Amino acid sequence: MEAFTAHTGRAVPLRRSNVDTDQIIPAVWLKQVSRTGFEKGLFSAWREDPDFVLNQPAYQGASILVSGPDFGTGSSREHAVWALQQYGFRVVIAARFGDIFRNNSTKMGLLPVVLPAETVEALQSAVEADPALEVTVDLGERRVRWGAESAGFEIDDYTRWRLMEGLDDIGLTLRNADDVTAYENGRQPWLPTTV
Amino acid sequence: MGRTLAEKVWEQHVVRRAEGEPDLLYIDLHLIHEVTSPQAFDGLRMAGRTVRRPDLTIATEDHNVPTLLGPITDPVSKTQVETLRKNCAEFGVRLHPMGDAGQGVVHIIGPQFGLTQPGMTIVCGDSHTSTHGAFGGIAFGIGTSEVEHVLATQTLPAYRPKTMAIEVSGELPPGVTAKDLILAIIAKIGTGGGQGYIVEYRGEAIRKLSMEGRMTICNMSIEAGARAGMIAPDETTFAYLQGRPHAPTGEQWDAAVEYWKSLVTDSDAVFDTVVEIDASTLTPFVTWGTNPGQGAPLGTAVPAPEETNDPAAARRALEYMGLTPGTPLREVEVDTVFVGSCTNGRLEDLRAAAEVLRGRSVVTRTLIVPGSMLVKLQAEQEGLHEVFKAAGAEWREAGCSMCLGMNPDTLAPGERSASTSNRNFEGRQGKGGRTHLVSPAVAAATAVTGKLTAPADLA
Repeated sequence: MEAFTAHTGRAVPLRRSNVDTDQIIPAVWLKQVSRTGFEKGLFSAWREDPDFVLNQPAYQGASILVSGPDFGTGSSREHAVWALQQYGFRVVIAARFGDIFRNNSTKMGLLPVVLPAETVEALQSAVEADPALEVTVDLGERRVRWGAESAGFEIDDYTRWRLMEGLDDIGLTLRNADDVTAYENGRQPWLPTTV
Repeated sequence: MGRTLAEKVWEQHVVRRAEGEPDLLYIDLHLIHEVTSPQAFDGLRMAGRTVRRPDLTIATEDHNVPTLLGPITDPVSKTQVETLRKNCAEFGVRLHPMGDAGQGVVHIIGPQFGLTQPGMTIVCGDSHTSTHGAFGGIAFGIGTSEVEHVLATQTLPAYRPKTMAIEVSGELPPGVTAKDLILAIIAKIGTGGGQGYIVEYRGEAIRKLSMEGRMTICNMSIEAGARAGMIAPDETTFAYLQGRPHAPTGEQWDAAVEYWKSLVTDSDAVFDTVVEIDASTLTPFVTWGTNPGQGAPLGTAVPAPEETNDPAAARRALEYMGLTPGTPLREVEVDTVFVGSCTNGRLEDLRAAAEVLRGRSVVTRTLIVPGSMLVKLQAEQEGLHEVFKAAGAEWREAGCSMCLGMNPDTLAPGERSASTSNRNFEGRQGKGGRTHLVSPAVAAATAVTGKLTAPADLA
């Protein structure tokens, strides 16, 4: 996983609520067995509309997605995270996220930033007024800055550390393999096996 | 202070707890399917890792499989299924492939084999893993990175979610089902209402539900945003489990039941949030919009956006759905009816649909898709398939089918379905398709009239 410390880029406002993972990457794209090539499927149904915000020239190259609440609800497909990253996004800002999407994001180094709904709207308005506006997301300081404005966000220390170090979760867990073995030796005898 | 059911099950599975870190949680059962696992197995291979506990892992083919007999014709789907077969062979994971008597939708086969038991932790790369919480365990969906993590370590690092009680008092009126109840709950608390929570469904109406009804409820916890849903095990649970292939037997059964009986929320335990709902006031419920929280009683009309809690989203949804505010929901015309999925693809669901269709004829394209090959067999032993065929419905093979349209069962653009599945998202059942979520009984009645209909409306 690529480490995330701070990122500065342009943002794109997505003024929709309940952006479910079926919209982020429709199921037809999930048949691939590789981890690459999902950028083409990102919002593929919505992108057919020439007026859709991602199609507007002013927002080309933006790397921060600023969405309405309940972003990433629904399906557990991590392909949604891959599609956003491969399209070029490093950060998604919203007032609320689907739990699984949020978890998947932090495993891959896509930073989900929760800000109050009114702050998200203020940021969307600022970006709409000036699409070239530079937005900085500083994970070290847990703060989003744009123009003369800024807003703090919360993220737990452990996830922040892991993201900033770019650490592989599996490697971290395997350091505690002895604990896992000890636990396994004490499991209830009636628990089923699949064999 | 007492503990909630969720806290008891969580604590039982903590492998390691350290200050400032998420708990390391042991996973008792890992379910695998073809869509979210290939990249996880690739990750293992690249790192030179193995599957730690293949004996706690089981795989099935469900999302891509055609429901008409014959091979997979879509080459990309075919590759994905073949990749699962290769991975399961290489890493020693038991697989129920297409054609196998044990094949079926991943959340149907776990319970039917008795692999899903009270007090367990169960994960799968699929958000509807919450289904298994109906037995009193903690079951939740994970992404592919976490699938890889569980394959490699049989654990997951996780923070314990907050706890929410949904207290359902009273009794469901005749003709009102578990599906209507969960749709009403989601409409009440919203698609984000459960975010960050494990929900425990409690109360008289829940206790009276069968295991299949309880699975329908827990299945759609994710549609309310919850990480997991659960129901305390009781005699209904034990009766369902006893005698299933992987259920304990003899002394182990007795020991297990004794432990399972302790899996209840203590009377002095405190939930972080409590939601109350009176089941006796409910009527058949349907969705009108493009998220599962946009629903209403069938007896009402398409709402005006201004009457809803998110007018902008409602306006957009109504435009997509091609609906006009004020139109009675009973006048909404439907092209296709789908009965199936991990929400409503079990035997009781098929019985409910058959009861309505017996001696009647359908006027819509009607797909009846059993959730597993075993459900199919049981339904055929009861003659349900003859009822469906006589009514003009299509009796298909097991799979996820039109719930998400990864196989050939899809809606065409602009087509409208009444579907017993779990998501009415834009394009969920096929690009441009319009979905109304309903119970199996309402689905069947709708197939008879071609408009959203409850069985009680039929002459």
